[in-house]
Amino acid sequence: MALTLFRGIHTRPLLPYSSAFSARKHVIFCSMQSTQTETSMKTKQQAPSNFTETARAKAVEKVLKDYEAIIGIETHVQLSTTTKAFCGCAYTYGSQPNSCVCPVCMGLPGALPVLNSKVIKCAVMLGLALNCKLSLSSKFDRKQYFYPDLPKGYQISQFDIPIATNGFIDVDLPLEFGGGHRRFGITRVHMEEDAGKLLHTGSGPYSQVDLNRAGVPLLEIVSEPDMRTGIEAAEYAAELQRVVRYLGVGNGNMQEGSLRCDVNVSIRPIGQLEFGTKVEIKNLNSFSAMSRAIDFEIARQAELYNQGQADEIVQETRLWEEGSQKTFTMRKKEGLADYRYFPEPDLPEVVLTEEYVNGIRESLPELPEMKRRRYEEMGLTMQDILFLANDVNVAEFFDATIAKVPDIKLAANWIMGDIAAYMKNEKLSINEIKLSPQELSELITSIKSGTISGKIGKEILIELMKKGGTVKGLIEEKDLVQIVDPVEIEKIIDKVIANNPKQLEQYRGGKTKLQGFFAGQVMKESKGKANPGLVNKILIEKLNAKS
Amino acid sequence: MLSSVQNPRILLLHHCRRSKPLHHHHRLRRHHYPKSIHASPLPHPISASLPTSQIQTIQKSILSREKTTRQFAEEFLTRLRTTEPHVKSFLHVSETVLNEADEIDRKIDRNEDVGPLAGVLVAVKDNICTADMPSTAGSKILENYRPPFDATAVRKLKESGAIIVGKTNLDEFGMGSTTEGSAYQVTSNPWNLECVPGGSSGGSAAAVSARQCVVSLGSDTGGSVRQPASFCGVVGLKPTYGRVSRYGLVAYASSLDVIGCFGSSVADAGILLQSICGHDKLDATSSKREVNDFTSQFISKDYFESQPLKGLRVGVISETLGDGVNQEVVSSIRGAISHLEELGCTVTEVSLPSFSLGLPAYYVLASSESSSNLSRYDGVRYGNQTVSDELSSLYGGSRANGFGPEVKRRILMGTYALSAGYYDAYYKRAQQVRTVVQKSFKAALDLHDILISPAAPSAAYKIGEKKNDPLAMYAGDIMTVNVNLAGLPALVLPCGFVKDGSASLPVGFQMIGAAFDEEKLLRVGHIFEQTLQGYSFIPPLIADEFKSSSVKIYQLG
Repeated sequence: MALTLFRGIHTRPLLPYSSAFSARKHVIFCSMQSTQTETSMKTKQQAPSNFTETARAKAVEKVLKDYEAIIGIETHVQLSTTTKAFCGCAYTYGSQPNSCVCPVCMGLPGALPVLNSKVIKCAVMLGLALNCKLSLSSKFDRKQYFYPDLPKGYQISQFDIPIATNGFIDVDLPLEFGGGHRRFGITRVHMEEDAGKLLHTGSGPYSQVDLNRAGVPLLEIVSEPDMRTGIEAAEYAAELQRVVRYLGVGNGNMQEGSLRCDVNVSIRPIGQLEFGTKVEIKNLNSFSAMSRAIDFEIARQAELYNQGQADEIVQETRLWEEGSQKTFTMRKKEGLADYRYFPEPDLPEVVLTEEYVNGIRESLPELPEMKRRRYEEMGLTMQDILFLANDVNVAEFFDATIAKVPDIKLAANWIMGDIAAYMKNEKLSINEIKLSPQELSELITSIKSGTISGKIGKEILIELMKKGGTVKGLIEEKDLVQIVDPVEIEKIIDKVIANNPKQLEQYRGGKTKLQGFFAGQVMKESKGKANPGLVNKILIEKLNAKS
Repeated sequence: MLSSVQNPRILLLHHCRRSKPLHHHHRLRRHHYPKSIHASPLPHPISASLPTSQIQTIQKSILSREKTTRQFAEEFLTRLRTTEPHVKSFLHVSETVLNEADEIDRKIDRNEDVGPLAGVLVAVKDNICTADMPSTAGSKILENYRPPFDATAVRKLKESGAIIVGKTNLDEFGMGSTTEGSAYQVTSNPWNLECVPGGSSGGSAAAVSARQCVVSLGSDTGGSVRQPASFCGVVGLKPTYGRVSRYGLVAYASSLDVIGCFGSSVADAGILLQSICGHDKLDATSSKREVNDFTSQFISKDYFESQPLKGLRVGVISETLGDGVNQEVVSSIRGAISHLEELGCTVTEVSLPSFSLGLPAYYVLASSESSSNLSRYDGVRYGNQTVSDELSSLYGGSRANGFGPEVKRRILMGTYALSAGYYDAYYKRAQQVRTVVQKSFKAALDLHDILISPAAPSAAYKIGEKKNDPLAMYAGDIMTVNVNLAGLPALVLPCGFVKDGSASLPVGFQMIGAAFDEEKLLRVGHIFEQTLQGYSFIPPLIADEFKSSSVKIYQLG
């Protein structure tokens, strides 16, 4: 296919009208209608001001006195398997369009899917991590609809027998949002394949198709409608992202679309039993967008209720737009889509043995919830716990650090303080800095034992994060061992006092504040290595000796 | 010709017709066929009209350097050139046949291994992908489409030394029984050019019948190998579902599709199957079962025992010899049954009460799957695209122009059967019927080694005769569709003739075996064929050439 013709393409904002298109030889062109679902729009990523943020929070708070919001989430998690779900193509995000394709994922005549066994493994891992019941025998089905990014005219998915059902996920809400523990139900987890992408040219009345993503394995996770606020929904999604990353089944990157959430929101007056009409929201590229979009939607629906226009809440798909901080109608649902599901005849059913499942269960890593509970037992504050357990790499770094030096609080403080600040400034992840957990624990030990001062510790830390090396090596190389010998400190103090007779006179004349000056001079003379406690002790003795 | 070929069984048939009609409600009824009229004791004297393995002939000749591969290739190509304007079996003929033949001859000169199918000209149905030739599946929507890969079966053929001679005509996407559904041409039956060759693999069957190639590949979803084999007087083998990889076979109904083999002898069909079967990691539905060596079955009739099939339990499916089946066809099948009895088989009747349910179930399932499988022909990536300003008319236009009426009909039927609210009544119910059919075959095959029926309710009919009557066309699949629903292997081989004016048309009978027991079918088929006296299944179109043929007939063994 005409791969080279796809060079230099740009995505462009979704046009609200359907654009014309033309056909050219060797290139896949098709028109782009307003039904597009891609989240590739370039919208201004404008952080909402504090004013609107506060106003929004207040508005929602007011609404929730009279109404209850019912929120359910469908999440698509792209799996980072080496090859696609049903063929041998490797997929890398951002590759040249149509460079990760083969007859199978392009849907050529005669090509057949063969299931990648890693997909089953990932599904079982996630199913177990989400406390689901696994179907020891499940099957694939075809979900049929026409769209240019869907090469076969059907998506291989799981319909009536998903691989995992009936689970839950535990979440600790952040303290700034009131804290608290929540358990949200998981309806089902199923395996399916991703579709390609449509690219809209900057010029020319046509669209192009990139099939790189076609056939990439996905797990779709459907939640119970258990969330009640934007924050709960965002935390549910964030926890799902943590679980995915802890398991290593995917990178969970929302910007790249490796983790995509579609949210269903409805509200009902408090006390009413039946659900209101639900609205689906798409294009949620971050957890904060999710939270804001839901709160906007709740307020919008409540406003319609309040004005007696509840019937204007219709079943539809709305898009969240960052620029205006609002949701807009994308398409109204005209009845229920008929996907004409039927069992995929090209694939045998998926049979799991108890041994296989048990083997995976036993090899599961510690999951975020387990980690948080362990940290809680260790006595860390919830704020520390949420910080450390948020990122699996940070948590592993922390665990490795405290494995040798069980000073939990010190290790946490170093990681959350200087190390986090450095990572933030340099835009690095904890795996990218040169400091190893072993050296951090060495550093903590060296400070605790008095080998180096805390101040020097901070300096060494920067060096270790930037260039690596060992604490011992740096201390030796830079001659940084703390002077703890009183005789040696006394010598330095004597020298300083001898060199500053004027100040000594003033001190003894009652200007005792000058003690700080002398201490500073001593530290300077010792190149910061003198133990500050000893310095102060001996200095006071010396300064006050002959008075 | 008719009188000479039908002797002596014509008498037997009359005798049978006088006997009381078969009782369909009897599940198992021993049916005695009179044997007294049969004269010739076994083994028969060697007759030149007995089918011989052309593959083995070629292999022996080229390896002994008696004849070159090029000589064989030229012989077939010459015949192809002469007969093709009449028969129209091919949609594409390779231009590299002689070069490939020369390459094999050079290898032989260098004493290199050339493979078991060296120099064998194989025709391939055009719904099987070939990287170096167009693969249109008989559809305009794939006009000039060239796949970037070979189907697994084709790859295996090439690895065995075979020469792909070309791509054969078919009903569009395999949907049809005559090749009249092809977007390109209608193939004629070499026995009577005014008749259809059957279908959908009509091109492949006619090509073997007219000896335009040695053997050919077809595909069988509901009888598309077996019915044309019967119409054209050749051997047609439908393997067990999963025995041959479907990778590269343009899908019609994935749960029923299987690539099959045509040959002018059972041995050729068997040797061809041997080279294409086995597990393929590119087809998740291909079986991992070990494949036996079928070719060891094809021993010379000189080594047959007097009753070589003694003890073989044969069940005649009683539902297949009743109303709606041409009486001359029934007569031919009864003749074949008597012959099997002569060979030592124990023949009983067996009733499959679910037999008539298979046809509607098949059409629901096959149409449902095809409505899905044909979704990919949207004009976006390959094939003819209709230029349009708007997406739905791009789809609509490309598909309206690209698909023929029968394909559209099946897509509509299948879409309907899978639609919300109808799924349970059609698709699900048809699946339940399928399970019933599978169970009834299983039960029958627990009591019998093989089951027997006609391959089609009639012999070949005139071109155009059923073209505008889809239901009549569908009814012609009654004998074969159940076997696809059950996924079983079946072998069709010519056993007699029906009158066709002053000439005659061949009739084949179907032997159905247990899953993955192709070996038994081939053994029985080979013995049957090698002991069937007095028939010549070489069509009149080329009969003159064969009478004076310089082709030396080798005895097997």
